[in-house]
Amino acid sequence: MTGIRPLTAPERVRRPRAGFSGLPPWLFLVAALGALFILLPLAAVVVRVDWSRFPELVTSESSIAALKLSLTTSAAATALCIVAGTPMALVLARSAFPGQQVLRALVLLPLVLPPVVGGIALLYTFGRQGLLGGTLRALGVEIAFSTTAVVLAQTFVALPFLVLSLEGALRSAGGRYEAVAATLGASPTTVLRRVTIPLVLPGLLSGAVLSFARALGEFGATLTFAGSLQGVTRTLPLEIYLQRETDPDAAVALSLVLVAVAVLVVGLAHRSSPPAFR
Amino acid sequence: MIPAAPSPASGMRAGRRRPRHRRGGSAVLACALALTGCGGGADPASGGGIGAGDTITVFAAASLREVFESLAEDYEARNPGSEVVLNFAGSSDLATQIEAGAPADVFASADAPTMERLAEAGLIDGEPGEFARNRLTIAVPQGNPAGVKGFADLTGVRLVACAPQVPCGAAATRIQEVTGVRLSPVSEEPSVTEVLGKVISGEADAGLVYVTDALAAAGEVEEIPIPEAAEVPNSYLIGAVAPDAPEAAQEFIDTVTGSAGQALLQEAGFQPPADRP
Repeated sequence: MTGIRPLTAPERVRRPRAGFSGLPPWLFLVAALGALFILLPLAAVVVRVDWSRFPELVTSESSIAALKLSLTTSAAATALCIVAGTPMALVLARSAFPGQQVLRALVLLPLVLPPVVGGIALLYTFGRQGLLGGTLRALGVEIAFSTTAVVLAQTFVALPFLVLSLEGALRSAGGRYEAVAATLGASPTTVLRRVTIPLVLPGLLSGAVLSFARALGEFGATLTFAGSLQGVTRTLPLEIYLQRETDPDAAVALSLVLVAVAVLVVGLAHRSSPPAFR
Repeated sequence: MIPAAPSPASGMRAGRRRPRHRRGGSAVLACALALTGCGGGADPASGGGIGAGDTITVFAAASLREVFESLAEDYEARNPGSEVVLNFAGSSDLATQIEAGAPADVFASADAPTMERLAEAGLIDGEPGEFARNRLTIAVPQGNPAGVKGFADLTGVRLVACAPQVPCGAAATRIQEVTGVRLSPVSEEPSVTEVLGKVISGEADAGLVYVTDALAAAGEVEEIPIPEAAEVPNSYLIGAVAPDAPEAAQEFIDTVTGSAGQALLQEAGFQPPADRP
């Protein structure tokens, strides 16, 4: 995404919507196979749903508790991502300093890291025996096995999505408007508040939505770092994993709920994304 | 771009997961030494004795890993040219894989209900037999920082246990019924491995794990026995997977239930099945 060349305004207008694609026909077949690879498993879930029991399964006490917890923790994680990720994206997109490339790669690491590894890393940071464990205990804060731990795990894995989206939007927006605003006497903070942020708001929104979706699907880091207790740390993915042991039908029904929320969220992200991403 | 529910999804695909192949090198070596059956599993008639030249796939509960790895080595040594492919996971996961058509010849579960589920579905040849028992114990971090002395102390500490839906959690529920002590864990994990991990890392003051887990992690955790746990043990059952289980499957089962298998199991902390001393 960061590699996308900023489109100039006329190019955007002229972008062909239909007609000559210039692609070899066989490419469409391979592309269709690729799409099928993603869609078929989703269809398989829908086929397996026991519709007669569906309402009862997704409204059970544990399911509702898991869904509520997932939505609230994902919302909190998204808020944290916006607060922490926006300045990071701005610094990465608008400034230059030695080691910037390395820093970007490191910040994006949670994207490729197995979530379990993220959970272990968080444990060794915020856990009782972790780097900050003693300090936190002195402050009377216990993070492990709490809802806070869930939010931290989700933020850890979701943050790169926001940084990546927003940095891409900032790069394609370019810095010309800011430069003009600065020559007109606006202070850097005013430029940021009045020009930059409004300009990349769609990118920020789509980044936030992607972060929310990633937080919603978080499993490995949460289980490793936060544990699993109904209403406290057992989010929807953890509930699905546990239900599978005794009631595969309930696991399938809840999976469908999660898929539906994910589809909704991706749809939202697509609508709010800037043209360069469509 | 949207990674929806990674692990549950991979669990559903588990049936297609390839079993872990063990020690291909030593199988080749065994082949070379025996100068027979070097075509692998292709020609069962080429070696001497039952099962020679056969490949059997064993799906076993995660807690059986060490014992079954040794037993598989013994078995391969006694039947030159044969190969035992082992796949370890939670009993319930394995059962789901077998139901989905995974190529298992032998299934060993860590509790009776999971085995019964497969037997009722007609996926087990004959009557599955109990070959070992396991029971819960208390694991605490080195130095026992919370000063846990017995089961009754678990109410006042940061306790991690298995969720009642999985075998180790069901065992914890049974102990609560026997002792009358009601526990309120800070976390109910989907597997005993997660419980042990949280005790070793010191996040939990105490965890309920199997005796065999505590023994395997000796040095990292301390163990405080629960006398009542002996009254409500977990049964480990083994059976050949129907249909078409090769003769070698029964041979391997006999290795597990025989004296060598029992000695190894007891060394690892398992107890003998009910019908034996």
